[in-house]
Amino acid sequence: MATEGSFIHPMDQFVIKPLFGGEEIGLFTITNSTLWMFIAIGAVSALTILGTRGRALVPSRVQSVAELLYGFVRNMVESVAGPGSMAYFPYIFTLFAFVLGCNMLGMIPGSFTPTSHFAVTVPLALAVFFTVTVIGFVKHGTHFLGFFWPKQAPLPLRPVLMVIEVISYLVRPVSHSIRLGANMMAGHAVLKVFAGLFAMVVAAGLGPLAILPMGMMIGMTALEFLVAFVQAYVFAILTCVYLHDALHMH
Amino acid sequence: MATETHADAAGHGSVGLPQLDFATWDSQIFWLAVSLVVLFLLMSRIALPRIQTVIEDRADAIADDLDRAAEYKRKAEAAEKAYEAALAEARARAQKIAAEARAEVQRELAAAIARADAQIAERMAESERRIAEIRAGARESVRAVATEVAQAIVARLLPGVADDKAIARAVGARLDG
Repeated sequence: MATEGSFIHPMDQFVIKPLFGGEEIGLFTITNSTLWMFIAIGAVSALTILGTRGRALVPSRVQSVAELLYGFVRNMVESVAGPGSMAYFPYIFTLFAFVLGCNMLGMIPGSFTPTSHFAVTVPLALAVFFTVTVIGFVKHGTHFLGFFWPKQAPLPLRPVLMVIEVISYLVRPVSHSIRLGANMMAGHAVLKVFAGLFAMVVAAGLGPLAILPMGMMIGMTALEFLVAFVQAYVFAILTCVYLHDALHMH
Repeated sequence: MATETHADAAGHGSVGLPQLDFATWDSQIFWLAVSLVVLFLLMSRIALPRIQTVIEDRADAIADDLDRAAEYKRKAEAAEKAYEAALAEARARAQKIAAEARAEVQRELAAAIARADAQIAERMAESERRIAEIRAGARESVRAVATEVAQAIVARLLPGVADDKAIARAVGARLDG
């Protein structure tokens, strides 16, 4: 990326570029984002398919990591989404693994983080939103609308609460997608800001002072690893919560 | 390069933020859909069933092992019980044998004592008989000596009168009386 020169624009790392020349980005254009999505798929597949090809009773290290991931997501689906949710486990596992893969691979310096783009997180969140809504209506029919009618509230308050319920339901995909995208974007941008500061301090001949932005970068990197995991986890667990609402209506 | 990409982003439109450059959304959304479908198929067809099988197999194996261990434990306990029963039986038999031996010895001892008693009684009878014989013999000797002495005294005092038989009778009467 734009590491030449003393000035680094913190947002340059998010620029989508066609990989095989050309300027225009059409529907099928393979970009750096495409590449890193595929690398994420490759990494997840390597872990869960190549890593388990031994099918060992006493697992290898890679296999136990794959089993750990499986058990982690399975527990989450079981405990959060409740009974009857196991049919959607592969779907949630795919989402979690994809987001986690993209987030973690984005921590490699010079890589690209597809999940830092709303063009990725918004469709992901909308897919969850529509899936869950469809499940709700298929499972409960029109009774699913009762989800928005708070029966335990006093009667005069119910219409007001219904409006609030509907709005909060419709806002779900927005918060769901912005949370993930903005977290990834902000973290990477902050890292770049400190990197730029480091370069500027060095360029200004204040060498020893560069330890300050350097230290900040190290700390932020550790924090970003945490954020990369936590945001994938939050995305998956919210999906489970929404699924639980659709399956069991509170 | 920085300026290039800048120009690039600017060329695509709009705001400074690449995230809001909607010209790139088509491609991102398309490839996201492709990626998700591919990953979903890989996970749901291959990875997840395989991991589930492995985990279930392991759980089965562990359950089997635990069952076997419980079985062995039960066998060990049964063996211990059998051993203890055998031990108790052996101890009981040993006690019985000891009691029998003691009784046998007692019986033999009693028999031996009885035999010894009988022998002692026999010997005593024998001795008493001999004592009686000796005493009888002694009395006879006393009678003979007394008779002879009496005859000699009578013959010295009254020669020619002596009637040996009468003297013997008289001595006998004195002795017996």
